[in-house]
Amino acid sequence: MTELQAEQGTVVPRIESQSQRSRYRDLLIALVAFAVLAILPMLTGSKALLDFVIRCSAFGLFATSLNLLVGYTGLVSFGHGMFFGLGAYGFGLIMQRTGLPVPIAFVATLVITTLIAAVIGAICVRLKEIYFAFVTLAFQMLIHSTILSWVSLTGGDQGLRGGIPRPAFFGIDLSNHVHLYITSCALLVIGLLLMRQIAQSPFGYTLRMIRDNATRASFVGIDVWRAKLTIFVLAALFASTGGIIMALFVSGAYPEFAYWTISGEAIFINMLGGVTTFLGPMVGTVLLLILNDTVTRLTDYYGIVLGIVILFFAIGLRKGLMDFVVEWYARRGDKAGERG
Amino acid sequence: MLPLDLDALTGCLASSACLVTQTTSGFIIGMLLFLVAVGLTLIFGVLKVVNFSHGAFYMFGAYFAMTAYQVSGSFALAMLCGAAGTALLGLIFERVFMSRVYGSDVLMQLLVCYAFVLIFDDVVRMIWGPEFKSMGMPAAFQVAPLFIAGGVVPPYYLLLIGVALVVAVVLGLGLARTKIGKVIRAAAHNPGMVSALGINTGLIYGGVFALGGMLAGLAGALAAPVRSLTPGMGFSVLIESFIVTVIGGMGSILGALIGAILIGMIRSFGSLGFPLFTEGLMYLFMVIVLVSRPTGLFGKEVA
Repeated sequence: MTELQAEQGTVVPRIESQSQRSRYRDLLIALVAFAVLAILPMLTGSKALLDFVIRCSAFGLFATSLNLLVGYTGLVSFGHGMFFGLGAYGFGLIMQRTGLPVPIAFVATLVITTLIAAVIGAICVRLKEIYFAFVTLAFQMLIHSTILSWVSLTGGDQGLRGGIPRPAFFGIDLSNHVHLYITSCALLVIGLLLMRQIAQSPFGYTLRMIRDNATRASFVGIDVWRAKLTIFVLAALFASTGGIIMALFVSGAYPEFAYWTISGEAIFINMLGGVTTFLGPMVGTVLLLILNDTVTRLTDYYGIVLGIVILFFAIGLRKGLMDFVVEWYARRGDKAGERG
Repeated sequence: MLPLDLDALTGCLASSACLVTQTTSGFIIGMLLFLVAVGLTLIFGVLKVVNFSHGAFYMFGAYFAMTAYQVSGSFALAMLCGAAGTALLGLIFERVFMSRVYGSDVLMQLLVCYAFVLIFDDVVRMIWGPEFKSMGMPAAFQVAPLFIAGGVVPPYYLLLIGVALVVAVVLGLGLARTKIGKVIRAAAHNPGMVSALGINTGLIYGGVFALGGMLAGLAGALAAPVRSLTPGMGFSVLIESFIVTVIGGMGSILGALIGAILIGMIRSFGSLGFPLFTEGLMYLFMVIVLVSRPTGLFGKEVA
């Protein structure tokens, strides 16, 4: 055995055990987070707070999945909202038309999303940067126009009305508010944990490499197109799950769920929270929803206030909140180290 | 299924009167789109910035023109106010805000623009109110429409088409032949070298942005007599001019012209054949063009 091989032999298990440890840590954090969320209804009777958390789950999954594309792979998608809308409409339609049990409808929606995302992704991921953004936007608007014009199926601009039936399954009754809340939280925590696994896996690091230098990645033997397509479809699945939660929450689906502004909002959430940390988009979601709720209560001129906040982040901080916090923390650590 | 009305479409294609009317209306849509899109494409070509707030300039152009017309009663002055006001706005917007985010990534630039879309819409709502407004057709154009092969063509439409074509020719020749045009093209190509030669690139950037804003404002001012004014009116125009620039190729003036006319025709004839899916047709067309030619029909670095 040469010296080099011997060194590799010791390095690899160490990295593996490290990643194993961080995986357990992630799992632990997820369990604690879920436990905290789950006992919340017992501590407070506030329906508004639970509603807020349900909305955070829907948008949090959606925004974090966009970060898999934007932050990790460097694919700036402007049409990610189409999968949010697709999830909401797909699930709502299946429940309304067929009366299948909820879990089957859930899986069926994800299967439909996978198929559509694979077709759209196969076309889009070939294109670079700004063109990728435009084509995804075009597909988003194409789906939005289809929803508007296919009145017999989707109800056109009125959306899916009449409520979504929610038969109980495994003792879970989604028409019960607390049950819906717990289910949303579970989906959020599981979704985040899965996305975290994707981000920290070798595949996740492949994505980072593609983001930093796609040419080099392809020289190393990575099939860039396939990797991009895979993450495009995976991200679509989580966005679709967010849409399903939203459809369950409002008991319907509306064309706005598939409009481009929903993609714009997700991008904004990502910038607000920061794209360099995994939980940045989640923080951004909570911030934006709080901002939304307070500003609309206080003033009619919501746009001006939100615009100024965006400007503060884009021109003032030049980064998301979590990026800022992480850098500040690192700087503080450095200083403490110097002193010691 | 998707609503189709192919009978209406074929019926129209068979009658010369309907053909002329629809073609003219397609041209009007196209020419207004061209004025907005050409600014967008210029700004992208030179500054490499996708000006997401371009629709707001169109909106301000229309509102400025309406106010100027109500105060002075002069159509020419209204057009001038619309164009000059938005040019000034563009200059300030570029120098104060956009110039700060040139180095950073595309998302930051888009966010700054997005912020201003929100702010501008609310500012218009504050000043002019949220309701629909209309400027009204100036007296000079309240004359009987022309009849060409049985089709109805209002004279104002001819003015509109004329102005847009003049703009296209002046811009095309100006960029290709004049010294300023040469400097602008050079700045688009290699700003570092241009500024090393002692030319103030900041001024060029501001100027190009002001020019783009002015053209969008002019489009808004020209549209004011024929469209209703409302906060947020810039948005659909923005999305459509995006499609135009993407189809024509970002940075190409000729591409913007051809793309705008194509989209105008799709909207005009599509509204007959596919009344509810007209927008869908445009996006479908855009997807087809982008997939077959990712850089657009005339996609090369022109300006």
